[in-house]
Amino acid sequence: MGTVIFFDALRTAIGPTAAAYALLAVGLNMHFGYTGLLNFGQVGFMLVGAYGVAITVATFGGPLWLGVLVGIAGAVVLALILGIPTLRLRADYLAITTIAAAEILRFITRTSGSEPVTGGVFGLRQFAGGFYALNPIPPGSYLGPLSISHGRLWTMIVGWGLVAVFTLLLWALMRSPWGRIIRSIREDEDAARSLGKNVFYYKMQSLVLGGVIGAVGGAVFAVSLQTVQPDTFLPQVTFFAFAILILGGTATWIGPIIGALIFWFVIAGMQSALRRLSDAGQLPEFFGSQAVGATTLTFVGLLLMLLMIFRPQGMFGNKREMQLDVK
Amino acid sequence: MAAVTRLSLLVLLLVGALVAPAFAQDGERIRGQLTAEGEGVPDVTITVSLDGEPVGTGVSDAEGEWFVDLPGPATYEVTIDVDTLPEGVQLRNPDRTTLEIRVGEGATATALFALGEREEVGPILLQRIAQNTVNGLKFGLIIGMTAIGLSLIFGTTGLINFAHGDMVSMGAFIAFFFNAVLGLHLILSALIAVIVGAVIAGAIDRGIWHPLRRRRVGLISMLVVSIGLAFVIRHVILFYFGGSRRPYRDYTLQTGIELGPIRLQPVEMWVMGLSVVILIAVALMLTRTKLGKGMRAVADNRDLAESSGINVERVVLSVWILGGGLATIGGIFLGMIESVDYLMGFRLLLLMFAGVILGGLGTAYGAMLGSLLVGLVSELSTVWFSSQVKYVWALAVLIIILLVRPQGLLGQKERIG
Amino acid sequence: MSSDAPAATDPLEGIAPEPGVAKPDPILTIDGVKRSFGGITAVNVDHLEIQRGIITGLIGPNGAGKTTLFNLMTGFDTPDTGTWRFNGAPLSGVPAHLVARRGMVRTFQLTKALSRMTVMENMQLGATGQLGERFLPSLIPGLWRRQEREITARADELLARFKLDHMRDEYAGTLSGGQRKLLEMARALMVEPELVMLDEPMAGVNPALTQSLLGHIKGLRDDESRTVVFVEHDMDVVFDISDWVVCMAEGAIIAEGPPSSIGQNAAVIEAYLGATHGQAPARRRKQAGGTDQ
Ligand SMILES: Nc1ncnc2c1ncn2[C@@H]1O[C@H](COP(=O)(O)OP(=O)(O)O)[C@@H](O)[C@H]1O
Ligand SMILES: [Mg+2]
Repeated sequence: MGTVIFFDALRTAIGPTAAAYALLAVGLNMHFGYTGLLNFGQVGFMLVGAYGVAITVATFGGPLWLGVLVGIAGAVVLALILGIPTLRLRADYLAITTIAAAEILRFITRTSGSEPVTGGVFGLRQFAGGFYALNPIPPGSYLGPLSISHGRLWTMIVGWGLVAVFTLLLWALMRSPWGRIIRSIREDEDAARSLGKNVFYYKMQSLVLGGVIGAVGGAVFAVSLQTVQPDTFLPQVTFFAFAILILGGTATWIGPIIGALIFWFVIAGMQSALRRLSDAGQLPEFFGSQAVGATTLTFVGLLLMLLMIFRPQGMFGNKREMQLDVK
Repeated sequence: MAAVTRLSLLVLLLVGALVAPAFAQDGERIRGQLTAEGEGVPDVTITVSLDGEPVGTGVSDAEGEWFVDLPGPATYEVTIDVDTLPEGVQLRNPDRTTLEIRVGEGATATALFALGEREEVGPILLQRIAQNTVNGLKFGLIIGMTAIGLSLIFGTTGLINFAHGDMVSMGAFIAFFFNAVLGLHLILSALIAVIVGAVIAGAIDRGIWHPLRRRRVGLISMLVVSIGLAFVIRHVILFYFGGSRRPYRDYTLQTGIELGPIRLQPVEMWVMGLSVVILIAVALMLTRTKLGKGMRAVADNRDLAESSGINVERVVLSVWILGGGLATIGGIFLGMIESVDYLMGFRLLLLMFAGVILGGLGTAYGAMLGSLLVGLVSELSTVWFSSQVKYVWALAVLIIILLVRPQGLLGQKERIG
Repeated sequence: MSSDAPAATDPLEGIAPEPGVAKPDPILTIDGVKRSFGGITAVNVDHLEIQRGIITGLIGPNGAGKTTLFNLMTGFDTPDTGTWRFNGAPLSGVPAHLVARRGMVRTFQLTKALSRMTVMENMQLGATGQLGERFLPSLIPGLWRRQEREITARADELLARFKLDHMRDEYAGTLSGGQRKLLEMARALMVEPELVMLDEPMAGVNPALTQSLLGHIKGLRDDESRTVVFVEHDMDVVFDISDWVVCMAEGAIIAEGPPSSIGQNAAVIEAYLGATHGQAPARRRKQAGGTDQ
C-alpha cells in the first residue's frame, strides 16, 4: 500500500492543480513575501481568472486567449478597487478587505441572478476544448507508474511552464532597483517615503502584478478541471497558498515551487492514506470522507501556525535574515 | 523556552482531541430550503426515492427548511409535490420537479428548487420593511455582541483576531454538545458553554498570544497565526460534528406571535431582550468598573496605560476572557434563532469586520453601533434584492466606509496610519 | 561658545533673538501651523523661518512637539491649520515623497534602517531619478546598469566618509544603534537634499562616534553648503555646532537666537525647569523618548 500512496501523492504534487496553487503562491510572494502586503483574498483573483476564461468561452462563445485576457483585465480592476481604499491604511485593512471581496465575488457568482452568465451554483463547463485541441502530445499514458494521460500531461507542462515564466519575471524584477523599492516598503514604508519613493504607487503595482499571477493560476485551474463552480473558490484556498509560500520560504524565488510540491505531496499522501485505511476498515467507523477532509484542513491550519511561529523563514529560508525582523 | 513548551502542550491537546472524537456525524441526509422572495415557504411536501422506491418524505417548516434522512450514500431522486405549493408560488422552471442528488458517505446534500416570484403590493412591502428591520436589529445585536471582543482585542493588542468567528462557532458547538449530545437543558448548557468558551479564550491568549507578544513577533506574522488558529478550530468542529446544520433541542419549532405588522417567535424575543441586557451590562462594566476602565485605557493608549501603573497583560487577558464569553453567547443566540454549523462563525466574522470598521476599530461602542447598522443593511436589502446576496451589501458598506472615512463612525482620525 | 562658522560673514549678525524673527534668506518659512491630538496641542507655531546655509539646532523638553513639527513639515502628518513654504514655493499638503524630491529630507528619531537589506542597498535606495525604478525598464538591466554603477560609487564614497565601508555588504539589521544613525544620515544624503532635518541624530550613539558625527554635520554646511536642522538634547553639542538655536515648549516656539543668547534665556530655563524637575537646560545627555513617527 505504501507505494500506491506514494504514487498518489507524487501524481498530485506534480499535477496541474499543484501548478495552479504554485502560481497563486508566486502572486502571494509578490504581495506578502516581497512587499509585505497582506492579501487574504488571493482566491478572489483566482476566481476572476477562472471565470474570465469560463464566461468568455462558455457563455459568450469567445476564444480561449480572449478569456485569459479578460481574466487578467478583471484581476487588474479588482486590484485597483481593493488597493485604492486600503493601501494607504494599516496592513490589516487590506487583509480584511481582500478576504471580504473574495467572498463577495463568490456570493455574486453563485446567486441565481447571475445564473445566465456564471451558471450560478452549477457553474460552467465546456470552455477548455480550445486548449486541449492544441495538445501536441500523442494520446497515451505517460510517466510510467504515475500513468498520466496525455491531456493531463499537457496541462501540467503549460501550468508549470507558466510557473517558471512568472518565477523568472519576479526574479528579474526583484534584483532591479524596482525590486529594491518593493523590499524597502516591506521593511519600513516610512523610510522609503522619506527617500522620495511613491510608496502607494509601488504597492499598487505589486498588488496588480501578484493579482494577475493569481488570475493566471485561476485560468490554469479552470482549464485543467474543465469546469468552474463558485464553491471551489472558498477562502481556504488562499490559506493553502499561504501555507505553500511559508513552507517553501517567503521572499525566495524558489519558495512557491518547493512549497507547492511538498504541500501537495503531503496533503495528497495523507488523504490517500486515510481514505485507503478507511476503505480497508482500519479506521473507526466515523472516519468518513468528511472526517478525512476535516483532518487535512486541521493539519493545514496547524502547519500555518507552527511554521509562522517556529520557522517563519520556511523549510529552506535564511534563518539569520528572518531574525532581523524585529518590527 | 517556556513559551515553546506551553505552545507545544496546546498543540498536543488539539491533536489528542482529534484522535478520540466524542461524537461523530449522523448518517446521510438531503436537505433544502424553499424560499420565495426571501421568505420561507412552509408546508410543501418533498419525496426522496432511490431507483423509484420512496425512502422518505419531508415537509418544509416555517422557514421553508426541510430534510430527509437517508439509508446510505447513493444517488437519489428528489421530487417536489407542486400541488402542496401555496397559491401564487410556482417552480421557476416547471420541468424541474425532480432532481438527481448524489450523496456521499456521511454527507448532507442540498437539493435546490427555485421558486418563482409573487406579485408585490403596497401594504405587504411596508410590512416586510418592518419585519426586516426587526430581523436586522436581531441579527445586528448578535453581531455586535461578538464584535465587541474583536474590537477590544484589536484595541488592546493591535491584533485583528481572524479566529474570532470560529470562537463563535466553538461556543455554539460547546453548548450543542451539552444540549444535544449529553441531553442537558439548553439554558444549563449555555451557562456551561459560556464559562468553557471564556476559559478557552483565556487559554488561547496565555498559550499563544502572550508568548508571541513577548517575543515581539510582528503584526503580519500574528495575523497569519490567527488565520491558522481559525482553520484549526473550524475543522476540529467539522471533524467532531460534521458539516450539516443542526438545531438545538430546546425552543425550536415555536410558532410566531403577531405584533402588528411583524411576526416573532418567543425565542427571538428572548434573544433580542437578553442581547440588549448583556450589551448594556458590558457598557456599564466598561464605564463603571475598574477593570472596564482599564480595558478602555489600554485600548486608548497602551504605553500611557502601562506607565500609569496598569497591568497591561492582565487587562489583555481579561479582554480575551470577556471576548470569548461574548462570542460564545453570540454563537448560542445565533444557533437558537437559526441553527448551528461549523461555518456559522466564519460567515459572521466578515460581518463583524464590517461592523467594527464601520463603527471604528478598537472602540467598544463603535463595534456595537456599526454591527447594528450592518445587521440592518443586510436584512433590509432582502426587501428589494435577492437574499442570496444579502451579505454582499454589508461587505460593500465596509469598502465604502474605508474609502470615505477609514477611521469609522466613532473612531479618531489619528489612530489610523 | 560660537561655532566654526566664518564669523566675518555671519548672515544672522544683528538679527534680534526673539521668537518668529525674520531672517535674510529663509529656506523654510512656517506660518500658523497647528496640530492637536485629542486634547493635546502638540504643535502650535505662529511663525518661524529657517535660514539657508547654516545649522539650526531645535531644542525643547520631551513632548515639546519637535518630532511632530518634523512630521508636519515633511508630509508625514497633516496639520489642523497652517501653511509653509520651502524655497519660496508652498509645500503644505505635498505628499512626503514629493517633499523629499523637492530637496527636504528628514531622518527619524527611532532609526528606520531597512533591516533585511544590506547597508549598500540602503544607500542605493536613497538615490533619486533611477531609471531602473520604473517597472518595464527594470526588466532590462542594460538600461540602468551604468546609472547603478554611478550610484554605487557615490554610496561607497559616503560610506567611507561615515566609516561604514567595512559593513557595506552586511544586513542593516546587524548594525549597532549608532551605526544605524550614521547609515540613516548617509542614506538621506544620497537624495542630495538642500535641507537636512535630523531628529536626534546623536541619541544612542556611542560617545566615541559623536565627535565624528558632529564633524559630518558641520561638513554638510561647510563643504556641501547644505542647510541643517537638527534636534538634540545635549546642550554642549547644540551650543558647539549650531549657528542658531530654536527652542520649543508645549508646541510653541518660545525662544530663538544665537547659541550664546539661549543659555541665559528666561523662557528656555523656565521650560526646562517645568519639564525636568529643577534642572536647567541639561548639560548632559538625556534619554531619548516620547512618541515618535
Ligand atoms: N500619533 C500621536 N498620537 C497622539 N499623541 C501624539 C502623537 N504624536 C505625538 N503626540 C503627542 O504630541 C506631543 C508632542 O510629541 P513629540 O512631537 O514627539 O515631542 P518631542 O519630539 O518634542 O519629544 C506629545 O505630548 C505627544 O504625546
Ligand atoms: Mg521627538
